Amino acid sequence: MAKLTTQSNLLLDNFLFDSAETLELNGITAIFGSSGAGKTTLLRILAGLENRATGFVSYENEIWQDTKNGVFIPSYERKIGYVFQDGRLFSHLTVEDNLYYSLKRAHKGLNEKTTIGFSETIKSLDLQPLLHRYPNFLSGGEQQRVAMGRALLRSPQLLLMDEPLSALDLKRKAEILPYIKNVANQFQIPILYVTHNIDEATHLAQRMVLLSSGRIIASGEIGEILERADLWPLTGRLEAGALLQATVGPTKKGMTHLLVGEETLKIPAVSIEPETKARLRVQAKEVAIATERPSHLSIRNIMTARLLSIETGESAFSELLLDVGGQHLRSRITREAVKELELCEGQQVYALIKSVSFEGRLFT
Amino acid sequence: MGSLELGPVWLSLQLATVTVIVLLLVGTPLAWWLAYTRSRIKPVIEALIALPLVLPPTVLGFYLLILLGPAGPIGRFWVQLTDSALTFSFSGLVIASVIYSFPFVVQPLQNSFQGVGRAPLEAAATLGAKPLDAFFSVASPMAIRGYVTAIILGFTHTLGEFGVVLMVGGNIPGSTRVISIAIYEHVETLSYEQAHILSLGLLIFSFSVLLGVYIFNRRLPFNRI
Repeated sequence: MAKLTTQSNLLLDNFLFDSAETLELNGITAIFGSSGAGKTTLLRILAGLENRATGFVSYENEIWQDTKNGVFIPSYERKIGYVFQDGRLFSHLTVEDNLYYSLKRAHKGLNEKTTIGFSETIKSLDLQPLLHRYPNFLSGGEQQRVAMGRALLRSPQLLLMDEPLSALDLKRKAEILPYIKNVANQFQIPILYVTHNIDEATHLAQRMVLLSSGRIIASGEIGEILERADLWPLTGRLEAGALLQATVGPTKKGMTHLLVGEETLKIPAVSIEPETKARLRVQAKEVAIATERPSHLSIRNIMTARLLSIETGESAFSELLLDVGGQHLRSRITREAVKELELCEGQQVYALIKSVSFEGRLFT
Repeated sequence: MGSLELGPVWLSLQLATVTVIVLLLVGTPLAWWLAYTRSRIKPVIEALIALPLVLPPTVLGFYLLILLGPAGPIGRFWVQLTDSALTFSFSGLVIASVIYSFPFVVQPLQNSFQGVGRAPLEAAATLGAKPLDAFFSVASPMAIRGYVTAIILGFTHTLGEFGVVLMVGGNIPGSTRVISIAIYEHVETLSYEQAHILSLGLLIFSFSVLLGVYIFNRRLPFNRI
């Protein structure tokens, strides 16, 4: 695991960014938070693009900034790749020349293993058909693929991506996500991925850094962070839920079976090979509770669960934490229902989930 | 048709070429600084640069005459250095032209650097380009239209200057007698035919150059400011 330390201060207009954290980076780490939380600012500080920031930044064994001792390594000497929200391809150069621009200035003195080659990058991002075109004649998705390739060809040791998909529509997003996963797997570079979209975060990332009002609130394994009820106001109370580890089973009658521990869930058919390990995000608001196994019901998914805890706040709702074969599941029901069903901690209940709510929530 | 004297034409072309080269060397860093600085004195510098746009050439010429004359601070220094006077010399004309045409070079450059903005430079930095490298490999090619406009405006404006030249340079054949002065003298002496040739030539030349620029701008392989 790569180690990133930041203790940075930056006052921009009325916004104070102030973070102190040592982050363990491995695979894709989502930097998550609402707009204005300071996600881009954090990335820019790490990249050395905010020369007004003060404090300390180090990555692995290299100190990038140490204001006290007058150290500031400029962007062009940091071993990073940066993919901007708006691509920022050089409009006067063809795609090929954009890529060579980076390759020519790539970090030297690195060994063969960590040097990223031109042909493997082209192949991995399908850039061959675009090489002789000018950036202004590419679609948004194509531009971002080129931007990723250009950042990679610098042979970075840390790849920073600032909401690279935010300008794209849903369909284009879905087309690019596999490329990003591919890059993370193939080139083995830690990626910091800024997003305010929880679906993107859960789809791509194994780890998460949660930001709010210019501060790092939490960081760690993504499933753990999404489960923490105290963070729900930030991770999205209704959006959040639980990530279930599942194994893909057979597809019958337009429904794909998923094995979650002892239980089987049915979801609208997906084209994923059986036996593949996958993660299923289940939103708390989609999970209903019964104290007896119901019959004569349209809901396809009924799982036996143990009620671990009931949290009741100010609102009309209670948050239930359930144990399903050793995994956690969240349910959000009204306080009235809790009272009427006489729910209590430790009790066995049945969690009911409509199949349709799983649409697009299975990630491999 | 009388014999055509080409002296003033060559002199004008020489003056314009030297002036544009000096202006690019001095104007580019200044335009760059103006485009990206957060300094509070920026408006003051901008106003100073724009002055020649609004001042009558005679005002400019008057002050330049005082500054560059053998009794003026710059003129005295020049005399000590070279043993010759700046006023009524080609060198003096170059200095006057540079000041007179300054806004015509700096403003288009500043505008196009601003149009390019910080974004591509930041991208270049994250790709390993040092500032000077980024300037030549990214900012300048992206600001190509600004350069073309600056060169053409600077050149043609110097070619067409009259008032300042008359006051600082006078009318010395082969040294300060440029096209515009020659035309003026031909008209004064009622040599309309000579005046016609020079005037029409200047008109056709200026039009052709401007036309060329507009065609070039349309044909750039990328769309940028």
